[in-house]
Amino acid sequence: MKVASKSITLFTLLLVLCVPFYAFAKPVLSAVEVADSGKDGQKGDPVNTKEEIEEYIQHHLKDSHDFHLFSYFSDNGEEHHVGFPLPVMLWGENGFTAFMSSAFHHDDEGKVIVDKNGSKFVRNHGKIYELEAGATEVKFDEQHHATNASTPFDLSITKSVLGILIVGLLMLWWFSGLARQYKKKQIPTGFARVLEPLVVYVRDEIAKPNIGDQYRRFTGYLLTVFFFIWILNLMGLMPFGFNVTGQLAVTAALAIITLVVYIFSGNKHFWGHILWMPGVPVLIRPVLAIIELAGTLVIKPFSLLVRLFANISAGHIVVMSLIAIGISFQESMSIVGSTTLSIVLSFFITLIEVLVAFLQAYIFTMLSALFIGMAVADDHHDEVLHDEHGNVIEDTEAVRRDFT
Amino acid sequence: MDQLLNNFSLDLFVKQTILFLLLIFLMVKFAWKPIMNALNEREEGIQGALDAAENAKKEMANLQADNQKLLTEARAEREAMLKDARDIKNKMIEDAKGEAQAEADKMVAQAQAAIEAERKSAIADLKSQVASLSVEIAEKVVKSELSDKQKQLSLVEDMLGKATLN
Repeated sequence: MKVASKSITLFTLLLVLCVPFYAFAKPVLSAVEVADSGKDGQKGDPVNTKEEIEEYIQHHLKDSHDFHLFSYFSDNGEEHHVGFPLPVMLWGENGFTAFMSSAFHHDDEGKVIVDKNGSKFVRNHGKIYELEAGATEVKFDEQHHATNASTPFDLSITKSVLGILIVGLLMLWWFSGLARQYKKKQIPTGFARVLEPLVVYVRDEIAKPNIGDQYRRFTGYLLTVFFFIWILNLMGLMPFGFNVTGQLAVTAALAIITLVVYIFSGNKHFWGHILWMPGVPVLIRPVLAIIELAGTLVIKPFSLLVRLFANISAGHIVVMSLIAIGISFQESMSIVGSTTLSIVLSFFITLIEVLVAFLQAYIFTMLSALFIGMAVADDHHDEVLHDEHGNVIEDTEAVRRDFT
Repeated sequence: MDQLLNNFSLDLFVKQTILFLLLIFLMVKFAWKPIMNALNEREEGIQGALDAAENAKKEMANLQADNQKLLTEARAEREAMLKDARDIKNKMIEDAKGEAQAEADKMVAQAQAAIEAERKSAIADLKSQVASLSVEIAEKVVKSELSDKQKQLSLVEDMLGKATLN
């Protein structure tokens, strides 16, 4: 355990130490630029006003087709972006098209047209449109629907997809490594030794107490969800700036998979309690059925997806806003003061975010296990278990009843 | 809310769903199943070893209890045997004493009987001897007395005199 705690401490420290670099990048750059600014809102303008910072944060929270690391200004005031392009794969009117995102030249306002495979593509606010024949610019109506362009199905390896792929490969690498070690020895060594207690933790503290006897069937799903969310949350705190678990689409997919799992594993007892609640007057039963159905099919998955999304997005917004203090308070606090304040504050918030990263993974997995446990629980309300000393054993059913 | 819905990208949703389902499948196949099996096996092994140790401890305790029981039984038996021996010894002594007493009594009684018989025969002997002696003496006395007529008469006289008195 000593090895594990040591490496966890080291890992947390590394994460937290990343913050200053992250924080430094912008203020230092803009401090130089602030001197000869006065051309806000033009090209080659650093992010240094309130609106620009807000937009920058909004932009970061969204998915993106490029992997953008940082930008800098060369001596002639030209903005350079450092990063690498990601493959764009589209399924549009003319079938499948693939090119690298560098073809857009960092344009996000629909100005650069990529002509490929007989189709014209533009990118506007993170979304790729396929222009109709003859159109040179995408036009929008009041509801922000494109009038002269269609949206092809976007199969691109976007930044979030890259994050998902990286986490998937990391998990496969780490845990299949752990699985391989068991063939040769009983106690894993090296990094696998850190992973083993985590796996045991999820099994013993999340799956077993919430699901009960049938925990084996769902442990695979719960373990995958737990590590997927946790690692992605932690990656969101690292300087590459992934924001995968802060994407509504990702958390929705996770929540809906949980929904599907517990709907399809629900037993007679579970559906009986939803559709025709025993023990209440017959007239109330249809009303209760509506409430229960809404709760099971909508509210539970919705709470799962919103909780994870909101917590992680909020974390990103708070950290970035605190970093932005270094820029926006420069006039009132001097460069050194505002930078120090922003570093100190974002340091502590990042510490909290390290905790939140684990907590949200735990809560998502816990609640998934709880919902699955409710769906597979047997009908034994009235049985009270006693241990050998005659004390009442709190079974999961009773704990759940107290909880809800 | 509108902004939230705008941020929701169906493309990403589909990609995430497919990739995540694939990840679940791969992880279950290559990681979770072997890990869970190995962990369960190991835990069962540990549980088995613990149970075996517990059983061995119990057996040891049983054995010790048996030993103790045997020891106490042996001790009790020895006590009983010693007591029996003592009893037998005492009884033998008692018996011997009783027999000796009886023998002694018998011998004394025999001796007394013999003494009595001897004494009786001696007395009888004495009596007969005394009788013969007195007859002899009486004969001699009568002989000497009756040798003189005078004397015979006086004796008769005397006798008669006495007889009257009687």
